[in-house]
Amino acid sequence: MVSLLDIIGPVMVGPSSSHTAGACRLGLLGRGLVGGTPDTAHLELHGSFARTGEGHGTDKALVAGLLGFRPDDDRIRTALDIAEGEGLKYTFDKTTVADDAHPNTVRMTLERGGRRATMVGSSLGAGRVRVTQIDGFPVEISGNYYTIVLLAADIKGSIARVTRILSDHDINIATLKLTRKHRGGDAFIVIECDDSAGEDVRDEIRGLAWVRWAMRLDKVGGA
Amino acid sequence: MYKALEEAIRDAESQKKTLAQVALACEAEDQGRTVDDIRASLARALVVMRSAVEQGMTGDLRSNSGLVGGDAAKLRTGPDGPLAGTPFRDILMRALAVQEVNAAMGVIVAAPTAGGAGVLPAVLTGLAAARGFDDEKLVDALATAGLIGAVIAERASLSGAEGGCQAETGAAAAMAAGSATEMLRGTPSQVGHATALAMQGTLGLVCDPLGGLVELPCVFRNATGSAIALSAIEMALAGITFAIPVDEVIDVMGEIGRTMDVRYRETAGGGLAATPTGRRLAKERLYQIKRE
Repeated sequence: MVSLLDIIGPVMVGPSSSHTAGACRLGLLGRGLVGGTPDTAHLELHGSFARTGEGHGTDKALVAGLLGFRPDDDRIRTALDIAEGEGLKYTFDKTTVADDAHPNTVRMTLERGGRRATMVGSSLGAGRVRVTQIDGFPVEISGNYYTIVLLAADIKGSIARVTRILSDHDINIATLKLTRKHRGGDAFIVIECDDSAGEDVRDEIRGLAWVRWAMRLDKVGGA
Repeated sequence: MYKALEEAIRDAESQKKTLAQVALACEAEDQGRTVDDIRASLARALVVMRSAVEQGMTGDLRSNSGLVGGDAAKLRTGPDGPLAGTPFRDILMRALAVQEVNAAMGVIVAAPTAGGAGVLPAVLTGLAAARGFDDEKLVDALATAGLIGAVIAERASLSGAEGGCQAETGAAAAMAAGSATEMLRGTPSQVGHATALAMQGTLGLVCDPLGGLVELPCVFRNATGSAIALSAIEMALAGITFAIPVDEVIDVMGEIGRTMDVRYRETAGGGLAATPTGRRLAKERLYQIKRE
């Protein structure tokens, strides 16, 4: 459904809704996966991101997102300098993520404290984004909702336990998807919510014995 | 949101409302928000649009590559042309101003995209300044512009990579023409004709930026797109009608975009980007960016 405010918006730092605003949103989602500003970030750019990214400030916008800046934050312009002060060590590389990958795609390998995560995401145009892979699991995350991602042992009734926690906290679920690499293997669960889950909710989910980890991703787009 | 502009026009006529009113009512229902809340969001967008216009007129902005910048100021301080002192020249200046801010990584409102972000604020704030309209009228106009853009997104495209520049500055010109016509007391039907008249003038326009950067010719396309919007407004308010219904014009823009060679869809493989000078400038400037 197209919203008026998708058309008259977003408010953003230029010059490109796909190469700048979208890149910043992907950085924000990556930040969520490690729970804050990463210590190190290896960013591999694919396709048009690699070819015209520097001229569009894609590098600055990705780093800005990792630092927690939103697409309308004019600190995007100086994000690479700010990263140094914040202790974020970043490296860029060009790559081919896959032959059929979207032209504006980035693969991020992030580390913060002891936690390490990899994420593949694309900028689809007009600032819209899609995360397609986390730690090798295929996913589909728009960033238009408050998203909870978790990795859990594949145990019967596990989804019911997690959704109970959310309903107890009055959090409405928009979408829920489970993927696993093979039967009996770990289940990767993505829950897109209408309402923001607090740290208490996250910690309650983490407290379930069979949950290996759970993270919250910010809502970065949508009306 | 509406999927056909003609349907919105029929609703507005039968309910004796403006298109802004029917668009806001529809958005409120779609999103579960109040009309006041949506108007407040549009008012915030207007503040950003104005500040981009102001910032761009100072003239000391340069894009990342140095390819564009400083031209808005020339329309303010440079020698007179035949349109000196008219809203026309003022609007061209505003369009360049916003797009120069965008190219210099300043804050703008993507409307509908960053590459076409100059047209709508230029035409709306320029005409409002000339006529002394208040912000309420501008917020209404943004709602009408959003309606037109949503219909274009639904039926065609708002992406240069998908549909060429006709889908970016062309769509922006259509949105500006329709919404400004309503702001100037045009009827819903005249809004439809203004939108169609603007869009017919940009059909087939390719997206061919040097080096793939949102700079050249994008900055100037926002100025010429504004000129097309002003032509359409003038004709529609004079009672001129366009024989092809607006939704069919939008559909054919989508069809032209889908069949447009990939060289002309933001890849820098054709058009101005592929001219000898275009290639040379892009190579020099991209090298410049890497060195900095």
